[in-house]
Amino acid sequence: MLKISNLHVSINNKEIIKGLNLEVKAGEVHAIMGPNGTGKSTLASVIAGREIYEITSGTIFYKGKDIQTMSIEERASEGIFLGFQYPVEIPGVSMTNFMKTAVNEQRKYRGQDPLNSTDFLALMEEKKKLVEIQSNLTNRSVNEGFSGGEKKKNEIFQMAMLDPALAILDETDSGLDIDALRVVANGVVKLRRPDNAFIIITHYQRLLDYIVPDFVHVLFEGRIVKSGRKELAMELEERGYEWLKNGNF
Amino acid sequence: MDKEPNDIINEVTQGDYKYGFYTDIEMEMAPRGLTEDTIRYISAKKNEPEFLLQWRLKAYHKWLEMTEPTWANIHYPPIGYQSIFYYAAPKQRKELESIDQVDPELVKTFEKLGISLEEQKRLTGVAVDAVIDSVSVKTTFSDTLAKLGIIFCSFSEAVLHHPDLIRQYMGMSVPYDDNFFATLNSAVFSDGSFCYIPKGVRCPIELSTYFRINAANTGQFERTLIIADEGSYVSYMEGCTAPRRDENQLHAAVVEIITMKDAEVKYSTVQNWYPGDKQGKGGVYNFVTKRGICKGNNSKISWTQVETGSAITWKYPSVVLMGDNTIGEFYSVAVTNNYQQADTGSKMIHLGKNTKSTIISKGISAGFSNNSYRGLVRMGKKADNSRNYSQCDSLLLGDKCGAHTFPYLKVENKNSIVEHEATTSKISEDQLFYCNQRGIWNEGAIGLIVNGYAKDVLNKLPMEFAVEAQKLLSISLEGSVG
Repeated sequence: MLKISNLHVSINNKEIIKGLNLEVKAGEVHAIMGPNGTGKSTLASVIAGREIYEITSGTIFYKGKDIQTMSIEERASEGIFLGFQYPVEIPGVSMTNFMKTAVNEQRKYRGQDPLNSTDFLALMEEKKKLVEIQSNLTNRSVNEGFSGGEKKKNEIFQMAMLDPALAILDETDSGLDIDALRVVANGVVKLRRPDNAFIIITHYQRLLDYIVPDFVHVLFEGRIVKSGRKELAMELEERGYEWLKNGNF
Repeated sequence: MDKEPNDIINEVTQGDYKYGFYTDIEMEMAPRGLTEDTIRYISAKKNEPEFLLQWRLKAYHKWLEMTEPTWANIHYPPIGYQSIFYYAAPKQRKELESIDQVDPELVKTFEKLGISLEEQKRLTGVAVDAVIDSVSVKTTFSDTLAKLGIIFCSFSEAVLHHPDLIRQYMGMSVPYDDNFFATLNSAVFSDGSFCYIPKGVRCPIELSTYFRINAANTGQFERTLIIADEGSYVSYMEGCTAPRRDENQLHAAVVEIITMKDAEVKYSTVQNWYPGDKQGKGGVYNFVTKRGICKGNNSKISWTQVETGSAITWKYPSVVLMGDNTIGEFYSVAVTNNYQQADTGSKMIHLGKNTKSTIISKGISAGFSNNSYRGLVRMGKKADNSRNYSQCDSLLLGDKCGAHTFPYLKVENKNSIVEHEATTSKISEDQLFYCNQRGIWNEGAIGLIVNGYAKDVLNKLPMEFAVEAQKLLSISLEGSVG
């Protein structure tokens, strides 16, 4: 589904990602861990297509297609979803209206007819139940006045609505209390299928108590320095990132 | 993919003006230019009573002594007042009994604009007075309304059939010598709408006037007068479009509203005059005076406007809060794009006790345009316990446009409260990226964000207008990143 080869990424001529390789297949859940400032969020943004980052060399192929030829909207409509670390507020735009626009623009891209209001509302109710989100959330403006936890839950709800092939969750678990953390984790567990994949970027091991990843990668100074199974996450938690800084990889 | 923000702005702000067509109908025009003879010609054409001719002449002589105002934050070459046609009317039989007698070309024009003059319009619950160039061509529903005692007709008809009401109320809100453009209007106004709601009557349907400039080199000077008698209520809508022309067209209208005790008037405008082309050529100069007087106690006047058109907008819908406990409201979204200029806002003059006013102004500027809010709040000596709340927000799309705020406060009463808030913001790259990442393309994203920003005002529009206004905002301004 996703194949990243020898990726180098810069922002303002400063190199952040320095030769990264990663392959994600359908049905897999990958966790990417690592200390702050090592390029985890940059990687997520680059896959989604954020324009301030420059790919200086290397390739990203998604569903066999060079991702650099696709716009942000095309990537989204082809099934790439980014759960934001800091979801932005859009005053005055209701979640319902926002999601209806997103769902229908993606349908239009795929050559499908737009959903009418009845069908759309039914879909929304179904997904809200699936990811256990209170119904008043969708009556409010996009992220406006949401608590940190509500914003993150809202990302999971949007993921459920858009049903992506590849979901990248960028530190969706940071700053969450246990209840919110469970909602986020449950969302992933429930949406997980043989034909989709997840990249979960996280700082801590605790989210991985709920979501069992197939692979764990450690990102350090712009490269994946260690990959392994879920046990690697436990080891990291125990030894801390200092262990990496001492060159133990 | 690697588009500069400015490319995106250009791409999405180039929505075309779809009302730019011109209808070929036979016209009757006054000779070009303005003299006392022009005024006598107009007055005679309309069989006006002597008092009105005298009123016009008084205004004309006053106007000759006046100079065009220069305080507004707008720039334009001198207007050649002697090269304008001051009267242009579609030629037609005198009295129209039914729709069948209206020139079919005219009917087609209004259908193109999405305004049906047919009686079936009843189904949508809106009565329409259609004004093309200088003359009202058709008022629907007059008969139905007449049963409730409501008078809704063209201004000219009102002059002929209800001269006493005209004589009593015309000039009460906007005197003949009020300002340069209003005074010009008083001298040469051709037609417009007239509305009288009798005591205790709640007008059951929305009343609407649709203005269309068609002929070339004509000024449009319509005059609207709305009188709400004690305890009555009416919701009034106004829409406007004009053909695409290279030369500028002058529009100098006057709207007067008078509310008696316990009456309420809600006046909504969706102004979509031709804004000129992308280089700023052509377009309508819109110099309008709109003012209401809350004459009786507990009465209320509310202005809601969505302004997307005109090359230049100069407009300050105002309320004089004369009675005690009266309420004045002004809700505005003003959009400027390309080379458009808008200097618009409101005046709230508090004279009575316990009076309240609210001003919510949302300016949106894109392209090379300039958008200014100008507002005056005055608390008179006797306006005890009065309050005003003003909120002026500006949204900038791109970095070549301007937003300005000029609030004036004049407080002569110690027991009154005036609050003013102002913000300036840009559509952030983060907001756009967020929308794009959900699969919403720039055009849709900007439409969403702008409509969200303007929501507080759009919510105040009658249903029939709200949908149209939302679409209009997206079309005329699907644009841009800060």
